[in-house]
Amino acid sequence: MEEQVSKILKNALQEIEQAKELKILEDVKVKYLGKKGELTALLKMMGGLSNEERPKMGSLVNSAKSEIEEKLEVKEMSLQSEELAKKLESERIDVTLPATKARRGSKHPLNRVIEEIEDLFVSMGYDVVSGPELETDEYCFERLNLPKGHPARDMQDSFYISPEYLLRTQTSAVQARTMMANKEKTPIRVIVPGKTFRREDDATHSHQFNQVEGLVVDENISFADLKGTLEIFMKHMLGENTELRFRPSYFPFTEPSYEVDVSCFKCGGKGCNLCKQTGWIELLGAGIVHPNVLKMNGYDPEKYSGFAFGTGLDRLAMFKYGITDIRLLYGNDIRFLTQFDRKD
Amino acid sequence: MILSTNFLKDYLDIEDIDVHELAEKMTKVGNEYDSCGKFIDTGKLVIGKVVSCKMHPDSDHLHVCQVDVGNKTLQIVCGAPNVREGLKVIVALDGTILPGGEIKKSMIRGQESNGMLCSIAELGLDNKFLREEDKAGIHELPEDAPIGEDPIKYMGWDDGVIDFDLTANRGDLLSILGMAYEVGAIYDKKVKPMDLTHKESGELKFDVKVNTENCKLFLAKKVDNITIKESPAEMKEKLMASGIRPINNVVDISNYVMLETGQPLHFYDADKLKSILEVRMAEENEKVTTLDGKERVLSSEDIVISDGKRAIGLAGVMGGLDTEITENTKNVIIESAIFNNVKIRRTSNKILRSEASNRFEKGLDPNRTYMAIERACHMLEKYADGTTKKGMAKYDDIEKDEKKIDITVTNINNILGTDISKEEIIDVFRKLDFKTETKASSETITVIVPTRRIDISIREDLIEEVGRIYGVDNVKGKVMLLPVKKGSYNKTVREIRNKMVNLGLNETLSYALVGKQDYNMFTNKDKEGIKVLTPLSEDRSYLRQSLITSLYRIYEYNKSHDLEDISIFELAKTFYKAGEEKYVEENKLACLMTGDYNLGLNTKKVDFYVIKGVAEELLDYLGYSGRYSFVQDKKICEDMHPGKTALISVNNDIVGMVGRVSPAICKEEVYVMEINLDKLLEKQVGKMKYKEISKFPTVKKDIAILIDEKVSAMDIQKVIKNGGGKLLQNSKVFDLYTGKGIPEGKKSIAFSIELGDNTKTLTDEIINETMNKITENLKSKFGAELRS
Repeated sequence: MEEQVSKILKNALQEIEQAKELKILEDVKVKYLGKKGELTALLKMMGGLSNEERPKMGSLVNSAKSEIEEKLEVKEMSLQSEELAKKLESERIDVTLPATKARRGSKHPLNRVIEEIEDLFVSMGYDVVSGPELETDEYCFERLNLPKGHPARDMQDSFYISPEYLLRTQTSAVQARTMMANKEKTPIRVIVPGKTFRREDDATHSHQFNQVEGLVVDENISFADLKGTLEIFMKHMLGENTELRFRPSYFPFTEPSYEVDVSCFKCGGKGCNLCKQTGWIELLGAGIVHPNVLKMNGYDPEKYSGFAFGTGLDRLAMFKYGITDIRLLYGNDIRFLTQFDRKD
Repeated sequence: MILSTNFLKDYLDIEDIDVHELAEKMTKVGNEYDSCGKFIDTGKLVIGKVVSCKMHPDSDHLHVCQVDVGNKTLQIVCGAPNVREGLKVIVALDGTILPGGEIKKSMIRGQESNGMLCSIAELGLDNKFLREEDKAGIHELPEDAPIGEDPIKYMGWDDGVIDFDLTANRGDLLSILGMAYEVGAIYDKKVKPMDLTHKESGELKFDVKVNTENCKLFLAKKVDNITIKESPAEMKEKLMASGIRPINNVVDISNYVMLETGQPLHFYDADKLKSILEVRMAEENEKVTTLDGKERVLSSEDIVISDGKRAIGLAGVMGGLDTEITENTKNVIIESAIFNNVKIRRTSNKILRSEASNRFEKGLDPNRTYMAIERACHMLEKYADGTTKKGMAKYDDIEKDEKKIDITVTNINNILGTDISKEEIIDVFRKLDFKTETKASSETITVIVPTRRIDISIREDLIEEVGRIYGVDNVKGKVMLLPVKKGSYNKTVREIRNKMVNLGLNETLSYALVGKQDYNMFTNKDKEGIKVLTPLSEDRSYLRQSLITSLYRIYEYNKSHDLEDISIFELAKTFYKAGEEKYVEENKLACLMTGDYNLGLNTKKVDFYVIKGVAEELLDYLGYSGRYSFVQDKKICEDMHPGKTALISVNNDIVGMVGRVSPAICKEEVYVMEINLDKLLEKQVGKMKYKEISKFPTVKKDIAILIDEKVSAMDIQKVIKNGGGKLLQNSKVFDLYTGKGIPEGKKSIAFSIELGDNTKTLTDEIINETMNKITENLKSKFGAELRS
């Protein structure tokens, strides 16, 4: 009987070892440990043994049983993981195939620049305001110290739609509107980004373009304040190393007036094609609000002073993103638009 | 205005100033320039003398010349017909670069040539200044020209010239004198006086009459017995460097004095005039033939000069042909006047812009009007041997007094943000040659503004003067201390933009002006259009009434470049006319979608439900969830597919439209949407607020019904909602089927209905009761049958 146990054990272990699939292993289990299994049969025969032999054989059989069980379990686990691996392997996909995803939208470069400017000025306490694009002659010119027949109106050929109404030539029109709305009630600190229109269309001008206007009116506002503000503005937009050059100039709605150049961002001021070898690029018009403009729009020039500035956004956007042709900004070629689809 | 530094030197002692430095300094005080350099800028040239000139042995027109250039004698082959022995010439040596290219030593038909004898044209003189002889042959220098020296310098053609782009207010700088005061202020130099001296004899028997308020000052003098000849070389150089073509001494003097003083003059041939000059407005359709030989038809808005009977010239713009100075002119009437600048501007815009009209437009100094006429007499005596008649015919009704403006040191420093002392301020005005008066104890300075500076009329103008002469760079920038306050902007527009970008759309930027055929496309065409009075082109002549029209053109453009998957949007304004001088502009959002909506292997083509999804996403995001619906309506515009277009209604108010572009316009499936943001955003949205999550479970029940295919999902859901009452948490369509097994005209539609109660768990009884009510209602309302 002892021999029988060791033979069964030996066979069982061998079969377990050889089993290649879980199903076969299950058969092996039944063959030895099942109700009709070989080892089970031996246990049933124990009754016929002597009292002396019974415990001895019992422990022998039980130890064989537990060894088989143990091996079965180990083998089962190993077969299970093999089979899982096989199954998963068969499910392998090509991870380099294209993803299913939404198209990435994009913000127009001009509006990106507008948002950037808005954020900067809002952080300095400015309000962003807007006004009509179809403006009256009164607000676009007359309230800005440009009476009818003024020679400076030549500088901006306009799209009139009636004798009194035109497509605004400058966001400055909103200066007068803002002052008229406030009338000394509160200090003014606003910027006005928006569309403007002039009667010209060529390689460097678009009849529709964008400007941002700034206006500050309060007591004791000086040219030095204007200078400091524009330094922050331009350094923020074009880089910390940007230098500014103020040149006295003439605009009817400011006095004194200045044109503001920035050091060329392409060559850093050494001189290149972009800056026509001058090292400077003209970017802004600015000045101290003309007392007539203050007076006409409800502010006492003896008590209040202010500064105003304006700049073309199309050029800023072009500089910022290296866009070489203004027509691209209004061309709306999908291949252009989709390039502005990420964070700055 | 082109400034000749040679010319400037007549009135300012600036011998050693570099023209580029001058240009930069002028820029810093506010006078921008377009270009700056020498009048004639060539490589090195020398004055030579032709010591011998023989015919070229192998040519019938070339000459072989021996030319003395000072340190040596060179053999040069020359083809000009006027080359001859003894002639002083301009020689370009081997290696000299001229506008036409580099001059090189060469063999010309077997004869060595070591350079070139130059014509004026070859030096790069502007074509308009070339005379016949300059085109025909080499330039002949005077006999006393020094051999071996630089001929350009000898002729004064190394003159430094700056082409200024002046601001509209600085009419005073359209004169050498004005420039002299400006440059004098920069370099702290005094302007030299102008020589006006001349003899006068014999009585002037001439009269002037002014019959219009558009002329406040009109002067005339007479100079007799003039000799017409060529102007001296120096005068011609200054004129050419200033951009004016020399004609003869008398015509040149009128231009020369205009350049010097800024006052345009007009010279008449006195013998072609009667004894009077009259200024008046033209008759309607009155005709005058101007100097250029053209007959001009005038209106009552044009100022004319008449001989008492008929118009003989257009005041301030151009003289008449009948009275012009010719080679035979003996006696001259000089006119110096000031005309209304706005009238001159209108007339010159209509007829001709000239050096004269440009100056009249900007405004003139009446004291210069007097100065200029005296200066012209001086010049005519000096360069045309004329004798001036005693006296002057004049009409003078003009203000000539100098303005006095009080300003305080505080005024200046407050506006500039500086700390400039009173002494420094007074010194600025001294440099500008403005007189000042002040008391030692007072901080007020009275500035007497010379009449030449018509641009200065108020305190702020003086502050600008101090700022620019003191130096803009000397003002230190600072940031003002204002009360702390939060800035603000319209966040909603940006949120809409961000949402559209996040939904995968590309933002466009298009023109508000469109063509006549486009402006009211995709609208009901029931609003009046707005046309620009003077459009640049037909396709930019109307303001658009819809943004879709622009997006559709963008679609076409991209499609023509084989770009077919397009999802774009724009935020902009549209415009229409609401009545006489009443214009409405509206803020809108539009989008256009076509082709694949997503990327990957399994793409979804854009259809109505995709773009509707975009609309819903946006409306939900803005807080209008549950308040909008999509309605089909007969009023949908004819440019849309009537079966695949819906109006977007929020709070039962139409705010927009979404659907497919009519196949009559576009074969491809192109979907568009437009929302009027002014209308939408005026509908208030409550604050976002947390709602208690129910502790009790909800129950989902699915039902499928057979129903008339015309009944909309929305209408069915309304009935489900009524039936479910408070318990209805949600209902959604999850299946739609027509075709095999479904009777004609019917559809099978399935809903997933979610019921729940925040206060208790629903019993089966209540659930069944509710579901029964829903199905009963569907049955009674629509005759719907429950499918098992």
